[in-house]
Amino acid sequence: MDASRESEANPMKNPTTAERKSERELVITRTINGPARIVFEAWTKPELFKQWWVPKSMGLSLLSYDADVRTGGSYRLVFAGAPEPMAFYGKYIEVTPHSRLAWTNEEGGDGGPVTTVTFEERGGKTLLVLSELYPSKEALDDAMASGASGAHGGMSETFEQLEELVVSLVAS
Amino acid sequence: MVQFTRTRLDASFSAISDATRRGVLEHLGRADASITDLADKFHMTLTGMKKHVGVLEQAGLVTTEKVGRVRTCKLGPRRLEEEMAWIERYRQLWDARFDELEKVVEQLKRKEQVDGRKQRE
Repeated sequence: MDASRESEANPMKNPTTAERKSERELVITRTINGPARIVFEAWTKPELFKQWWVPKSMGLSLLSYDADVRTGGSYRLVFAGAPEPMAFYGKYIEVTPHSRLAWTNEEGGDGGPVTTVTFEERGGKTLLVLSELYPSKEALDDAMASGASGAHGGMSETFEQLEELVVSLVAS
Repeated sequence: MVQFTRTRLDASFSAISDATRRGVLEHLGRADASITDLADKFHMTLTGMKKHVGVLEQAGLVTTEKVGRVRTCKLGPRRLEEEMAWIERYRQLWDARFDELEKVVEQLKRKEQVDGRKQRE
């Protein structure tokens, strides 16, 4: 329903889709107007990555980002937070130039997902398919219940916070 | 969307403003139950319990199904709605993020074109 509203507002914009593909997997797709080589570069060079990973609507500010984008290399993102900064970290488990990246999300312990993104070039554009595979159905359910919008930080608005309050009151 | 959420919130808040109804939700969180079971458990008449379950049902917190002479109550479709709302927020985050990525890619493309021209000159 929101996808249609968005395309009315901006018919030229490439749509982003999200779905729960299975009990333990979320999948996001989006086409980017540019060749895979360039999209991959924007994803893997830290100084470029920092320019887009934290959109303003997230309401968070990125304090630092360090990454060794090689298979086995680690990364660490730190956001300003109250009372303490929040760190998100893990390891790259696959780095295949211009086609595939995979990394772990270890800040949540064993329950964190493995994120895989593939870059498929089609006529000068790149289709991104991003998967977040959780170790179990329970781990994904927990991530949803905690209100974290996955992928490094939530976006909450007043109504959503109220909504969560209702859910937690019911659940407690 | 906001209006939709507000209406649902109003219904949810009034549904859970009552201690018995909160108890019923807690109970159904552990196991499904018939209205008779719930009436017994909360020391209430069948009619009284039916009213409470009706309020929870309207808020989408509980669903009931009649099999034979027994009406069974379980936690409602709200769970699914919560999940859909969560996925929509998640999609919006990625959408905003990819919009920014698109800008960075656009800059890199332009830079390459300029560099390419310089090399040819």
